[in-house]
Amino acid sequence: MFTVRIQREDFDAGAEAAALARGRTDVGAVVSFAGLCRADPAEEGGRLLALTLEHYPGMAEEEIERHLAQARARWPLAGATIIHRHGRITPGENIVLVVTASAHRAAAFAAAEFLMDWLKTSAPFWKREEREAGPHRWIEAKAADDDAAERWQSTGSDTP
Amino acid sequence: MKIRYFAWVRERIGQEAEEVEPPLDVATVADLAAWLAQRGEGYAHAFENPRVVRAAIDRTHARPDAPIAGAREIAFFPPMTGG
Repeated sequence: MFTVRIQREDFDAGAEAAALARGRTDVGAVVSFAGLCRADPAEEGGRLLALTLEHYPGMAEEEIERHLAQARARWPLAGATIIHRHGRITPGENIVLVVTASAHRAAAFAAAEFLMDWLKTSAPFWKREEREAGPHRWIEAKAADDDAAERWQSTGSDTP
Repeated sequence: MKIRYFAWVRERIGQEAEEVEPPLDVATVADLAAWLAQRGEGYAHAFENPRVVRAAIDRTHARPDAPIAGAREIAFFPPMTGG
């Protein structure tokens, strides 16, 4: 099963990973990555209270589906579940989940990393910070994230 | 065509979406951004550094030189910060 969900509600990473392999005998590896809202040591503006994730409805799903199709063309995947939340998310809460299933671990690991790298740089989501003091601030894109995604293009191989 | 704005591009322009009819010589995404930038102070602020504003044509990422003829929906937004 291949699923992409954009939702406001929280998700259960363990249950999603278990569901991907349930009732199957061809899955030898399940890799699960969850991205959480993290409160860094207080910066200018004070402690982080929450992130608000804005997204482009329709394009967010389509863009992730496009990269999922590329991952499926590149690695022998038995299934994948990608969930990205939007709305207001507080420190400690889930933001994103990528689960990949394959016969062997190499494909599951690589595909999960590929999907996360592209998700960060090309899925239309934007994070805005809400801190104790000071105005709301949009988080700036990181060059390191672009580099992480680009390396998948320069090598045609199955690992970055 | 419908234009949509997201994140700080939306905040600077002060609206989420609008219908526009640019003149015929507005042929590319970059042309459209330059044309929109002249529509007011908020637009000028949003497009003050066109290199950091990304675009999508009909929900697909588009480069500045992409032609806009036939597009139904064009979106402008900052570099993405999801994940």
